[in-house]
Amino acid sequence: MAAKGKITINQGLCKACELCLTVCPDEAIRLSEGLNEKGYHPAETAKDSCKGCALCAVMCPEAAIEVCRG
Amino acid sequence: MKGTDALGEAAIRAGCRCYFGYPITPQNEVPEYMSRRMQEVGGVFLQGESEIASINMVLGAAASGMRAMTSSSSPGISLKQEGLSFLAALELPAVIVNINRGGPGLGNIAPSQGDYYQATRGGGHGDYRMPVYAPAYVQELYDITMKSFDVADLYRTPVMILGDGMMGQIVEPIYLHERPDVEIPPKDYILDGAENRPSRIIKSLILDPVEMEEHNWKLKRKYDLMAHELPEWEEFMTNDAKLTIIAYGTAARIAKGAVKRARSEGLKVGLLRPITLWPFPEEAIRNLAKKTKLFLVFEMSTGQMIDDVRLAVEGKVPCEFYGRPGGVVPIPQEIARIIERYWLQKEL
Amino acid sequence: MKIVYTRPKCLKPVPNHYCPGCGHSIIHRLICELVDEMNMRGRIICIPPAGCAVLAYNYFDFDVCESAHGRGCAIATGFKRAQPDRIIFTYQGDGDMAAIGTAETLHAANRGEKITSIFVNNAVYGMTGGQMAPTTMIGQKTTTSPYGRRTEVEGYPLKITELIATLPGAAYVVRTSLANPAKIRETKKAIKKAFEVQMAGAGYSLVEVLSPCPTNWKVSPREAFAYLEEKMEKEYPIGVMKDYTAKKDK
Ligand SMILES: Cc1ncc(C[n+]2csc(CCOP(=O)(O)OP(=O)(O)O)c2C)c(N)n1
Ligand code: SF4
Ligand code: SF4
Ligand code: SF4
Ligand SMILES: [Mg+2]
Repeated sequence: MAAKGKITINQGLCKACELCLTVCPDEAIRLSEGLNEKGYHPAETAKDSCKGCALCAVMCPEAAIEVCRG
Repeated sequence: MKGTDALGEAAIRAGCRCYFGYPITPQNEVPEYMSRRMQEVGGVFLQGESEIASINMVLGAAASGMRAMTSSSSPGISLKQEGLSFLAALELPAVIVNINRGGPGLGNIAPSQGDYYQATRGGGHGDYRMPVYAPAYVQELYDITMKSFDVADLYRTPVMILGDGMMGQIVEPIYLHERPDVEIPPKDYILDGAENRPSRIIKSLILDPVEMEEHNWKLKRKYDLMAHELPEWEEFMTNDAKLTIIAYGTAARIAKGAVKRARSEGLKVGLLRPITLWPFPEEAIRNLAKKTKLFLVFEMSTGQMIDDVRLAVEGKVPCEFYGRPGGVVPIPQEIARIIERYWLQKEL
Repeated sequence: MKIVYTRPKCLKPVPNHYCPGCGHSIIHRLICELVDEMNMRGRIICIPPAGCAVLAYNYFDFDVCESAHGRGCAIATGFKRAQPDRIIFTYQGDGDMAAIGTAETLHAANRGEKITSIFVNNAVYGMTGGQMAPTTMIGQKTTTSPYGRRTEVEGYPLKITELIATLPGAAYVVRTSLANPAKIRETKKAIKKAFEVQMAGAGYSLVEVLSPCPTNWKVSPREAFAYLEEKMEKEYPIGVMKDYTAKKDK
């Protein structure tokens, strides 16, 4: 069975640069409809396909993503 | 002891353990002396690639909590102005020596006082002040150098020692005393790695104008305190003087000779010698303005300190000026002749 | 489940002022990860530049000393000479490092100062609004090279890292890129090695990081990262230029 992952995005820090979306191999992230305090559509979990590879977190300029795996 | 050596030795004995500088005549004896002595006392001597680099090395050492200094001469001091502004803004202690030479431009290497404005007005940018000492004797140069490090630490400010090639080259007997006991408050601002303490920041960038204004006023209060506590001057035969010469540094040595000559001819002439150029000894001059009939300002420039004298005198007594810029060092007889001329002209 | 990635402790938990997709924020994070992992907080001092990263002290939870534009390596020299047992690093942009601060940088490297420089090359003056930098690419339009950089007028992109690699005082010299997660990991490894080289007392270490400035390149963050790989890495090849440890092995 493939590894299971979970990400937690600190939406207050997100600037909607979309870099996490770009690198996620599993299309597990999307931009949300809502706005955060800074006026960005922050990233959110799209579907339950995360493998916990942490590529999104390595990319995220705002260090807004925490990744769990197990 | 030679002036430059006295300066270097005083710095070492004051606990200066970091010297950074770039060669320029007429002050090369200072880095040469320091390069020998720092090795002996286990300090740091480093010849920077420029005056700009050197003053920034001083900044780094000062932010590390070390007593640090640099020395140079006029064109090099121009290059250090950015660093001086930063030292003042960051409130970091450091000692900067300017062995003033003829200018503007490359000028020459002869003794000059053409950098008075630059030294006292802050040649660097921004709203800052910096104590400036102008010793006239080798012993005084030694004492003041020692004191400069204490003043720098006590007020957390860069301090300038302003001399010229004459001051640097002159040999006089001096007493090499140890550093007087001055209590320096603990340096709680230095950066040495945030081990077991919150991290610290040394910065001058304050983007909010209101906060910046606050910082400017805070600095101003410190400058006011220095203006109150630091002025130093020497008076020579001023008590009954009808004509008072005002001169500093090498010019004051010459003027003193002229005063002695004039006195031997019965003329009531005195000398006031500012030892601090900033803060300027205004009070002393204001007091003399009540007694004397004429001030004669003598500078080895086209006239810079005269502005400060006029500000202090507030028009109460006439102020005349005699200047020899360009590196010309007049002999006392020349100044004595000028004194006589004014004496007759103004019917003193 | 266990946490495999989280925000480094030394990166203060505050939003930063950088534009979306700015490389500075990624590099800040990498540095903070290393400060945590290598347990350096109590002995590291950073000298950030005048440039977009001037406010780095708002984010780094360790000692930071501001510098005048370009003077970082001279200030770092003062720090290191005064405190040889501390880890001192400058963080500089291309204008800071390779224009106004060229002399300070080259001479510090040549003296073999035991300091580290993180050199963020985004090929423009970010902070002042996107003017031409010494590292601006040939043909690249900036606010002061509106017709594109022309070599006959503005000269060539300055490869200060290659220059420094020729100096005996430089112990470790490398250029990396932020173009994708793998290269970001390489960048982190390079910075780690640079700090190790400093701690070993081997000499000057320099990590040039090719970094996007989406705002002044006037592209989206995605496009900026693509441009990094497709264009900048062609002009500025990534890789190790000098490694004293490799020399020792031979
Ligand atoms: C002496 C001086 N000159 C000019 C400036 C204005 N200035 C600030 S940052 C900068 C250039 C920044 O570009 P770079 O070093 O590439 O950093 P970036 O913002 O791109 O990261 C300039 C010209 C200054 N602060 N000081
Ligand atoms: S950890 Fe990997 S799979 Fe999960 S969201 Fe991030 S990039 Fe996608
Ligand atoms: S990379 Fe970070 S800042 Fe950018 S969209 Fe994703 S979570 Fe937001
Ligand atoms: S201007 Fe460029 S370098 Fe500066 S913060 Fe924005 S993206 Fe980053
Ligand atoms: Mg730049």
